[in-house]
Amino acid sequence: MDLYAPILVLAVLAAGFAIFSVTIAPFTGPKRWNRAKLDAYECGIEPTPQPVGGGRFPLKYMITAMLFIVFDIEIIFLYPWAVAFDRLGVFGLVEMVLFIVTVLVAYAYVWRRKGLDWD
Amino acid sequence: MNGTIQAPTIEYALLSPMLIVFGAAIIGVLIEAFAPRYLRKSIHMPLTLLALLGAFATTILGAANGLPTSASAMGAVAVDGPALFVWGIILILAFVSVLLINDDEQFVAQAAAVPGSSDEEEAVRSGYAQTEVYPLLLFAVGGMLLFSSANDLLAMFVGLEVMSLPLYLLCGLARRRRLLSQEASVKYFLLGAFSSAFFLYGMALVYGYTGTVSLRGIGDALGAGSGQETLLLIGTAMLGVGLLFKIGAAPFQAWKPDVYQGAPTAVTALMASTVLVAAFGAVLRVFWVALGGLEWNWQPVMWGIAILTMVVGAILAITQTDIKRMLAYSSVAHAGFLLTGVIATGAAAQNAKALSAILFYLAAYGFTTVGAFAVVTMVRDAGGEAGHLSRWAGLGKRSPFLAGVFAFFLLAFAGIPLTSGFFGKYAVFAAAVSGGAVPLVVVGVVSSAIAAFFYVRVIVLMFFNDPAADGPSIAVPTVGTSAVVALAAAATVVLGVFPQPVLDLADQAASALFIR
Repeated sequence: MDLYAPILVLAVLAAGFAIFSVTIAPFTGPKRWNRAKLDAYECGIEPTPQPVGGGRFPLKYMITAMLFIVFDIEIIFLYPWAVAFDRLGVFGLVEMVLFIVTVLVAYAYVWRRKGLDWD
Repeated sequence: MNGTIQAPTIEYALLSPMLIVFGAAIIGVLIEAFAPRYLRKSIHMPLTLLALLGAFATTILGAANGLPTSASAMGAVAVDGPALFVWGIILILAFVSVLLINDDEQFVAQAAAVPGSSDEEEAVRSGYAQTEVYPLLLFAVGGMLLFSSANDLLAMFVGLEVMSLPLYLLCGLARRRRLLSQEASVKYFLLGAFSSAFFLYGMALVYGYTGTVSLRGIGDALGAGSGQETLLLIGTAMLGVGLLFKIGAAPFQAWKPDVYQGAPTAVTALMASTVLVAAFGAVLRVFWVALGGLEWNWQPVMWGIAILTMVVGAILAITQTDIKRMLAYSSVAHAGFLLTGVIATGAAAQNAKALSAILFYLAAYGFTTVGAFAVVTMVRDAGGEAGHLSRWAGLGKRSPFLAGVFAFFLLAFAGIPLTSGFFGKYAVFAAAVSGGAVPLVVVGVVSSAIAAFFYVRVIVLMFFNDPAADGPSIAVPTVGTSAVVALAAAATVVLGVFPQPVLDLADQAASALFIR
């Protein structure tokens, strides 16, 4: 059970921080309303009103999402390797380099095929 | 916690066919990225063919060096006799299919471009032509090699996905009847993803019972026999659903006609031949190596599925009016015939007999299929390939040679003596009889007779009906297409008249069964 205590503490801390920030923000933050503030947060298309005919996504969102997943997966594999780097030794290094080169090939393909250009 | 982790041993020489194919696929992606557009195809073609040849050569070399007695890559892959035989078939069939894919006419330059329109001209001029076909094909073939030789369920799943994902894409690239092709692609993807989920869930449940994903480990744990049997049985059923979907056994055959019809015919040729080969490799491994101790439980169900598959394939094929759909249902029926071999287990000698029969059948069927679809690509009218059967009427009068070759392929599908199909069927049914599955063989023979009806109907249509005035023309075949038809016809004749060398090879490959 001791093993899980830090997780519990972290969960309590995270929840506390979230509740604290959300409650305190309306009282302390400045309120200057403008058009940009009402836009969708950060990025993406307007969720409402839906375009006529059910709405179609521009393909570039899809490509961005897929690229995100590719690099996300890369990180998933990089992380445990970084943790066990010493113990995995040369074999681990070579395998990892091979893996990253393979992902890099995909990345080069996307770049050359203009998958990174927004417009 | 701080000791170094032992580096795994990997038998690079044994695994080199896979490594060559995957390496070439990655180089193919780089070519797509950096080579100028007008050069791409002329680099891809030799690269792809060389990679497949190289992989084939290393497969032969692997077989010549004597079969290993234990699994490779820390037990993840088993390069045994059956695996090498299956690899050989897959690589040759893929090589032949590449010759067929070389025909530009079949592939769309840009998904939205209508054939012959200014849009398409524009797309071709700016070089949007789909040369990605070649690296995609190599990835798919690499996946097949892994899928058919995986010795644990995880590696098998990775192989399954690496094989399937490029195929979903390839299905959507037809130049003519693009909507049908894109529909086929989406259907195949959705159903394929669904069946993969079944496979995964089954894997999780079997892991829950046995505590391992390695096929050998599962087999051993079944012997020990403890724990929740329900988990194991449901897991087995789900693994079965995932695998049987890939071979298109009834009741999981619904995707086959749609996908075979919609995909560019060259891709259909590749899928119809190689995927069946790879999937049977995997089915045999899972049901014989891992779940062999459970055969009293899965065999009755498999009996039902085999009977259903043969009957459904043969009967639904009769009602088809499109040549590609008809061949798709015929492929369903053939999957059923092959399943009778999977059921025919027994003592080691019986297993070896059944395995060798299945291997021979796969080789014979694969070649005939590629040849038949190659002929389909050549019969064209103004709108592209003339798929509707009525358009094939009188073809024998217009071009007797081509119609004759096609008739020969159909007879081979039907299993007429002096064709490869006869020895394939004979071997599988003989194995099934000695394995005690006589009722299955009766059903198999009856469905073969039903199937012969619709094969012969097409032959009658081609030779004894008058051609329509505006009937389809025979496209002047490219060198590649003629080579494919010639090769397939030669293989069908040789395996039908002089099958002994290949039968011996299959016997040798099967003699030691699967390594565990």
